[in-house]
Amino acid sequence: MDLFWDLFMSGLTKGSIYALIALGYTMVYGIIALINFAHGEIYMIGAFTAVIASIILGSPAVGLTGWGLMFAVAGLTALYAGMYGWTVEKIAYKPLRGASRLAPLISAIGMSIFLQNYVQLVQTQNFLVFPDLVPPMDFLKPIAKIINPTRFAILLFTAGAMAALTIFIKFTRLGMAMRAVSQDQTMARLTGVDIDRIISATFVIGSVLAALGGLLIGCSMRQIDFYIGFLAGMKAFTAAVLGGIGSIPGAVLGALILGFAESFAAGYVSNAYKDVVAFVILIIILTFRPSGILGQPQSQKV
Amino acid sequence: MTSTPLRPFARRLWTETKAAALAALWISLLAFPLMILKINNLTGALDPQWSRLPKLAVAVFLGAYLWRFLLRRRSFSAVSKVVAEAGGPPPAGPRPTWVDLIMKTRRRKPLLGLVLAALLVLPFFASPYVVNVMITALIYVTLGLGLNIVVGVSGLLNLGYVAFYAMGAYVYALLGHYFGLGFWLCLPLGALSATVMGLLLGLPIIRLNGDYLAIVTLSFGEIMRLVLTNLGVTRGPRGIPNIKPPGFFGVDLNGAPKAFLMRTVDLSPAMDLNKILIYLIILALVALTVVCVFRLENSRLGRACLALREDEVACQAMGVNRTRAKLTAFALGSTWAGLAGVVFASQITFINPSSFTFMQSVMILSIVVLGGMGSIPGVIIGAVVLILLPEQLRFFSNYRMLIFGALMVMMMIFRPGGLIQSAREVYRHQPAGGGSNDGSSRAADGDTGHRPEKQAERRPAHA
Repeated sequence: MDLFWDLFMSGLTKGSIYALIALGYTMVYGIIALINFAHGEIYMIGAFTAVIASIILGSPAVGLTGWGLMFAVAGLTALYAGMYGWTVEKIAYKPLRGASRLAPLISAIGMSIFLQNYVQLVQTQNFLVFPDLVPPMDFLKPIAKIINPTRFAILLFTAGAMAALTIFIKFTRLGMAMRAVSQDQTMARLTGVDIDRIISATFVIGSVLAALGGLLIGCSMRQIDFYIGFLAGMKAFTAAVLGGIGSIPGAVLGALILGFAESFAAGYVSNAYKDVVAFVILIIILTFRPSGILGQPQSQKV
Repeated sequence: MTSTPLRPFARRLWTETKAAALAALWISLLAFPLMILKINNLTGALDPQWSRLPKLAVAVFLGAYLWRFLLRRRSFSAVSKVVAEAGGPPPAGPRPTWVDLIMKTRRRKPLLGLVLAALLVLPFFASPYVVNVMITALIYVTLGLGLNIVVGVSGLLNLGYVAFYAMGAYVYALLGHYFGLGFWLCLPLGALSATVMGLLLGLPIIRLNGDYLAIVTLSFGEIMRLVLTNLGVTRGPRGIPNIKPPGFFGVDLNGAPKAFLMRTVDLSPAMDLNKILIYLIILALVALTVVCVFRLENSRLGRACLALREDEVACQAMGVNRTRAKLTAFALGSTWAGLAGVVFASQITFINPSSFTFMQSVMILSIVVLGGMGSIPGVIIGAVVLILLPEQLRFFSNYRMLIFGALMVMMMIFRPGGLIQSAREVYRHQPAGGGSNDGSSRAADGDTGHRPEKQAERRPAHA
C-alpha cells in the first residue's frame, strides 16, 4: 500500500506541474490556434532563472530565508518568464499573423531550438544542482508517510496559481476579453477588444505559469539542464490535447491523468518505458477522440 | 522632436535609432540574468561575464535596424500584392533566380550531365575526408527530398522523420548483425520496412489536422528512440558495431582495384575504396530520387497532394480521395528515409539511438524549409549549405543549432518560400488576339479551343 500511495502522490505532483505548463499551451491555442513549441523552453528558462534568483536573494547581502526566499524567487522568476514570453511572441509570432498555419509552427520550433541552445551556450550543458528552496515544515511531521514538504509546496503553489487564474479569467475585464477573443476574434475586435494586447497577455500569463512549473520541478528533482523543456513541453502538450485543447479545465484534467498514468506505469510496469506511455496515450487519444476529453469537436467551414 | 523641421530621412533615421536602442536595452535587460550571471557549476556561485553585455547590446542594436528594415520591406510587398489583386497595376514579376536561368537554358541537359560527371569522378581525386563529408551531404539531400514529398508537396508536417531513417539503419544493422544479410538485400528491405511503418503510423493519424499530425509524428520519433534505447535486441545505447560496407560482386575493393587506381589516377593511399562505392551508391540514389520526385510532382498523386495542401474541402468536393493521397505521400516520403538510413549505417559502420534524435528531424526539416518547400533544387542547395557550411566553419559549429533556430524563425517571417522558391506551374488562358494576360483570365480550361500556355509562376510554397 505504501508503494501505491507513493506513486499516487508522485503522479499528483507530476500532474500538477504538467498542468501548469499545459495551461499555457491551451490558452495560447485557444486564442491564436498555435502550438507554442517554445513554451517548454520558457519553463526551462524559468528553472534556470530560479537558480540565479535564489543565489542572489539567498546571499548574505540580501539574506532572505524560508518562505520569504521561496516567494521572492517565485516572483522574480515569474517576472522574467513573463518578459521572455512577451518578447518571444513579439519576435517570432506577431509578424506571422495571417500567414499559413505551417509558418508560425515552424517559427515556433525555430524559437524553441534557439532558446535551448542559447541557454546551453550562455550557462552550461551539464546538469545544474538546484538549491533546496522548500523550507522545512514541522507540521507535516506526523503525516510524513503521506506527504513530504516538497510535494506539499508543489500542491500549494499549483492550487494557488490555478485559483488565481480562475479568478482572473472569470472576473476581470482582461479575462473576460480573453474569453471573448477565444470564442470569436472578429466579433471581439468589433466590440473594441484590443486583440494584440490580449494575445500578449495570454503569452505572459502562460509563461508565468510555466516558469512556476520550472521552479517547482527544480525543487522536486533537485537538478536541471537545458534540455528539460523539450520533454516536459511535449508531455504538457499531450496533457492539453488529452483534456481537449483550448479548454482550461481540460488541461488540468488531462495533466492529472497523464501524471497518474506515467507514475503508475513507472511503478508497476517499467521505469524505462514511462515516457513511452505518455506518447502512446497521445496517439491513442488523437486517433479516437481528436477533440480530447472536454474539447468541442471542430467542424470545418468552407 | 526639435522645433526645426527635419528632413524626412533624418527624422526616419532618428525614429529607427530610437527603436533600435530601445530593443537593445530591452534585450539586454532580458538576457541579463541568464547571459551575464553565469552559474559556476562547481562552486554553485555566480560568475559574472560582464564582457558579454556590450557585445550583446551592440549586436541587438544593429540587428534591430535590419529587422525593422526587412519587416517594412516585407509589408510593402504585401501591399503591392493586394493592389494587384484588386485590379491595380500588376506588380513586377519576381525576378528569376540564377537557378531558374540555369534550368531554363536550352543547354540544361549537357550542363546537368557535366555536373553529374564531375561528381562521379570527384572521389577519385579528393581526400577521404572530402568523400566522407560529401556522402553525409548526399544522404541529407536524399532525406531532404524525401521529407519534401511529405512537407513541401503535401503540407503534412512530419516531425518524426528520423524514426523512418532509424528504421532503415537498424534494419540493415540488425539483419547484418544477426543473420549476416548483405547491403544489397537490406537496401530494398530497409526501404520497404520504412514504407510499411509509414503506412501503419499514417493509417490512424493521417486525417488529423496539421498541428496534431506534427505532434503525433514527433511523439512517434521519440517512441522510436526510447524503444531503440531500451530494447535488448538493439543493444540499447551501446548500439550495433561493425556494420559491413556494401559488397561489390565479391571483389575486395581495397585489394587489386585500389592498387590499380593508385597507379593510374594517383588515388590517395589513405582512401578506403568502400567509401567511394558508398559515395557512388548514394549519388545514384540522389539522382533516382530527383527523377522520382520530379515525376511525382506532375503525376496525378502529386497534383492531388498539392491541391489538398491548398484547400482540403474543395479538393474532396472534386472527388480527390484525401486519405489515400495523403497516406501515399506520407509512406513514399518514409521510403526515402529508409533508403538513406541503410546507406548511413553502411557509411558510419556503428549506429546507436543517439544518432536519431529529434534534432536530426529538425535538421532535415530545416533543409527543406531553408531550401524552399516543394522545390527540388532548393532542397539540394539547402542540404549542401547546412551540411557543408558547418564543416567549413569549425568555429561556427558550436553555434550551429542556435543559428538554425534563428534562421528558421527568420525564414518563416521574411522568406517563407525558402532560398529557391518552388515554381508552380499555372495555366494561363491566351486570348486569340494575343493580348495581355491579366489575373482574371487565369484559368485551367482546355476546352476553349486555345492551347493553354504553360508558365511557371513563383509564389511561396504555402500561401
